Amino acid sequence: MTAAAPPAGGRADPTPVPRGGVGPAAPVRLLATRAGLALTCAALLALLLLSVVVAVGLGPASVAPGDTARYLWAAVTGGRIGADETTTYQIVWQIRTPRVLLAALVGAGLSAVGVAVQALVRNALADPFVLGVSSGASVGAVGVTVTGGLAAFGVHAVSAGAFAGALAASVLVYAAASTRGVLSPLRLVLTGVALSLGFQALMSVIVYTAPDGEATSTVLYWTMGSFGAASWGALPLVAVVVLLGLVVLHRYGRALDVLALGDETAASLGVAPDRQRRALLLVVSLMTGVMVAVSGAIAFVGLVMPHLVRMAVGAAHARVLAVAPLAGAVFMVWVDLGARTLAAPRELPLGVLTALVGVPVFIALMRRRSYLFGGR
Amino acid sequence: MELTLDALTVVTDGATLVRDLSLDVPSGRVVGLVGPNGSGKSTALRCVYRALRPASGTVRLDGDDLAGLPLRRTARSVAALTQDGGVDLDFTVEEVVALGRAPYLRGNQPLSAREHALCARAMERLDIGHLAHRGVLTLSGGERQRVLAARALVQEPDVLVLDEPTNHLDVRHQVELLSLLRESGLTVLVVLHDLNLAAAACDRLGVLAHGRLVAAGTPAEVLTAELVREVFGVAASVVTHPLTGGPQLLYALGAPDAAARAVAPEPDPSPDPPEQKGTTSPCA
Repeated sequence: MTAAAPPAGGRADPTPVPRGGVGPAAPVRLLATRAGLALTCAALLALLLLSVVVAVGLGPASVAPGDTARYLWAAVTGGRIGADETTTYQIVWQIRTPRVLLAALVGAGLSAVGVAVQALVRNALADPFVLGVSSGASVGAVGVTVTGGLAAFGVHAVSAGAFAGALAASVLVYAAASTRGVLSPLRLVLTGVALSLGFQALMSVIVYTAPDGEATSTVLYWTMGSFGAASWGALPLVAVVVLLGLVVLHRYGRALDVLALGDETAASLGVAPDRQRRALLLVVSLMTGVMVAVSGAIAFVGLVMPHLVRMAVGAAHARVLAVAPLAGAVFMVWVDLGARTLAAPRELPLGVLTALVGVPVFIALMRRRSYLFGGR
Repeated sequence: MELTLDALTVVTDGATLVRDLSLDVPSGRVVGLVGPNGSGKSTALRCVYRALRPASGTVRLDGDDLAGLPLRRTARSVAALTQDGGVDLDFTVEEVVALGRAPYLRGNQPLSAREHALCARAMERLDIGHLAHRGVLTLSGGERQRVLAARALVQEPDVLVLDEPTNHLDVRHQVELLSLLRESGLTVLVVLHDLNLAAAACDRLGVLAHGRLVAAGTPAEVLTAELVREVFGVAASVVTHPLTGGPQLLYALGAPDAAARAVAPEPDPSPDPPEQKGTTSPCA
């Protein structure tokens, strides 16, 4: 599709119109083609696999990437490992592999949910936790820790409490924000912010009145995020919810584009805005609830990764939702690696690292490109 | 395709914005809705492109009640150029225009070669071909308006509904857009603020005041000095357009006696007296 045709009727346009190369998105058009997109995704996927292998190998007891790959291969295919290697194998397969995989899943999920939530509430400042999900989860987790409830879930009791809290928060936000079937973006985000503050206050009350210090550390854990509790036990559930969610969100790509044109226009294009928002809210709530339950509220990724990816591939959601999960997964694997190795044997909270790494990068990129989100 | 608004009443938060509005847009004709701010023009349009559900009454396409059809189905027949031209994200012009195909596509299904050609043609028609790869947020208001108009054309509608489409457009593009409407052969319902543009572009006009239709008919029948004074509270002289023979309004600004003169002599240019020729008589 070239723009080389002369103006209609042979009229000479007095002002020379600059073609291509001037728009802020011009330098990255290569990524916007179908082949470019496929190539980008393939490259990111390869990078992710490589990152996983490296991250699984590194830690207090380092394992060479070749050995790591061999262990992983043996574990997946049921191959044999020498007796002297059993301990390293255990570390690699039982402890590090689920942790790294969880990091990749949560990084992918938070990035995609961030994209969807920003479109859902039509706000560039939104992130997966803006709808009150994370503070609801924290209340649930702390409540379970303090009361010892949900004992039936055993070691997963706190996660179950967090998930219940996250879902309760989502239901509350939905109920408070919708009137007569209308779910306005602004009301949604305002309700979410207000309820978050309410939940935080509730959490403070619980922590303040709790008899021991365990509640305090649980709160810290949930607000900063960690993959320290990763295990094979919870991983399949998280994987199913996050991966299914990613597929569903990607399928909403064009609908999200249409919603970004405004509700009026969306209706005229056959997209019922309120119904779409309800469905999206359900998907992102489930995904966020599950992720927060296993890793706490890891800040920043879900806010910034969508913007970074849009800078690279443009605004169309089908593209952004294909690239953002992969980029987010790679990012999170490395952040988690940093969290457990930089200050070893102590572990840094993930939220600290995502912000320390992400903020400067983000600001630098924002300044370098004229990046627009609903304004100038 | 014939568009019929039948006894349309719209109530929002207890306020009746449109009351018992009946209007017919014959197939292939351009019908304009004019009226002061807040008279319910946009509200009536919103019912046609289904952003709003009327409290009572129906909007029909060739006799089929829109309310009984799926939204995607009506989006293939009715395209709209709305007032909420704001776009959140920096899509390229090409991408926004391509979204006009959304009612025809499932999920992220890519556009066919024919649909790509359709988009290219629409962009050329609206003189935005050279902007195809620009981000919409970097465009001027008028350029953006033309992008949205191209998107509406790409919908391949039978009926086009436009809410003040000439907003932000320079004179050349105003004239071009309205000519395009006339030449398109589509059934068009358009809200216009500029009464002279409305007179030139529309086959028939409906005048709304306080949510009611107070006059309807050809521009010459409807646009009389009395009606303009009564509905808009403005003194105007009606003269005949030297080229088209249609009515044109001249307003006197700021000079009360000039305004009074303009109303008093009533140099009516139309061959036959305009009284009560419209389908609805002007009400007090």
